[in-house]
Amino acid sequence: MNLTPQTMSLLFFVFILAMLLGVELIKKVPSQLHTPLMSGSNAISGITIVGALLALGHEGSGLVVTILGTLAVALAMINVVGGYLVTDRMLKMFKSKDKKGGAA
Amino acid sequence: MNAELIRGILYIGAAILFVVGLKMLSSAATARKGNLISSMGMLLAIVITLTAMKSIPVIWILVGAGIGVVVGCVSARLVQMTSIPQMVGLFNGFGGLASLLVGWSEFHSNWAIALPVDMALFTMVAIYLTVLIGGVTFSGSLIAYGKLAGVLTGKPIRYKGQNLVNSGILVAIVGIGIFFCRQTLAAGGPGMYVLLLLTVALAMALGVLSTISIGGADMPVVICLLNSYSGLAACAAGFIISNNVLIVSGSLVGASGLILTNIMCKAMNRSLSNVLFSGFGAVADTDQAAGYQGEAKPVSSQDAYLILEAASSVVFVPGYGMAAAQAQHGVRELGEMLEANGADVKYCIHPVAGRMPGHMNVLLAEANVPYEMLVEPQDVNPTMEMTDVAIVIGANDVVNPAAREDEKSPLWGMPIIDVDRARTCIVLKRSMNPGFAGVDNPLFFKDNTRMLFGDAKATIGELVSEFKS
Repeated sequence: MNLTPQTMSLLFFVFILAMLLGVELIKKVPSQLHTPLMSGSNAISGITIVGALLALGHEGSGLVVTILGTLAVALAMINVVGGYLVTDRMLKMFKSKDKKGGAA
Repeated sequence: MNAELIRGILYIGAAILFVVGLKMLSSAATARKGNLISSMGMLLAIVITLTAMKSIPVIWILVGAGIGVVVGCVSARLVQMTSIPQMVGLFNGFGGLASLLVGWSEFHSNWAIALPVDMALFTMVAIYLTVLIGGVTFSGSLIAYGKLAGVLTGKPIRYKGQNLVNSGILVAIVGIGIFFCRQTLAAGGPGMYVLLLLTVALAMALGVLSTISIGGADMPVVICLLNSYSGLAACAAGFIISNNVLIVSGSLVGASGLILTNIMCKAMNRSLSNVLFSGFGAVADTDQAAGYQGEAKPVSSQDAYLILEAASSVVFVPGYGMAAAQAQHGVRELGEMLEANGADVKYCIHPVAGRMPGHMNVLLAEANVPYEMLVEPQDVNPTMEMTDVAIVIGANDVVNPAAREDEKSPLWGMPIIDVDRARTCIVLKRSMNPGFAGVDNPLFFKDNTRMLFGDAKATIGELVSEFKS
């Protein structure tokens, strides 16, 4: 790891901007889509799989890290796969009036 | 260009896909494509990460990912739409635990190495927060899951000295945190490992204790909040490994959960601290000894049919009872018949109806109700006096006029759907029992209210067959 003060402040910068962007984006989601929003964001929080993979990729990591990392990959992957699939399953059901009776 | 830079740029691409995906979720017409785009972002992020790994333990990755894919696929395929809240609750917990494990393994990889002083504080704070938030998310979500799935009691669990215990844990967490974060890892030695494990234990205890005291009716707020935490835990993990894509995605989820939490609280006219610390249902039980007096007027399904047959405007108000009875398909059928009979039909959904935000919308969409017909309280309340019939199906607290009329009611001030102002209000209900929040409902005794007792699915079925005959 090489962490300069510049990097640290940049990370904060990214964090704050992403939070603000998130607020603006989510405010526009209508209440009828709040459940798919939650399951979809659940899938996005599975992004921690990146951290889990990197942990597994440490050179010469011991057994403890391997176990922790593998478990983390499994859990995050459940979130990613389950989250996206169930969101898709829900959104598929939302149909407009003029398309009614289409593919179920 | 060096590989690090290329990866950095591609990570930005992944973050853009997440943002675009969320943006497309602002309309039902584009939402499905948005979800697909977001998943492409995830795939991209995973592939870039694989190229960044110095050694790739293929077997372990396959084992971990394999378990994840199988469990994820199976649960996403098999889960019933009525059980989505439990599933989301459980998945929040998995996300939190995954981040906790990432924090732990980073700690483990580094604790033998003396970190340079100027980055020690930063990294230690990030590790501590990841483990803490991840732990609270995990255990809190398990409790929320238990309450939503009916494994645990929906009643808030209160005991003497609860606030003292919770404050004690909080003080310990802050105290340990300050000590922990000021160490450079090597200097702390084995003691640091003990502190880390202690933090994990305390975080889990805090998650359990702060969630068991919250009543079942407030679970929508709790899963929104835990949803936010699971994002923030991933975000904190991003600070440990200085990874922007984790920070961006984690923040997006964190912001989403916070906004939903806020919407839920507003829809119940309560503050977040009131939801978290007041043990709503427990208070309601003792304050409500008086109850509401009056005579409920039951009707038969034949009489209800005659009322509906003459109606030119009908509003359905579904609640969790509709989900529990699996009545959504029958409701849609009835709605179509009313429309064929010339009535204007709408489905009005309160933000806190059901066990998670938007839950009723998903169920009605599942039953093929077009999304244009799903409206919000502010769309129907102004014209409620002109509405012929409001049909309440398994909803209770969100149509309780005590919120407008009775200052002593625990629901006082909550924005409700004013079904009592419709010309006739038909309430489908199993019995006279109060709702999830345990609060009595004066709506049942109003002059224009008719009670249609029985299982919602069976009752709707009878109404539909009346229309057919």
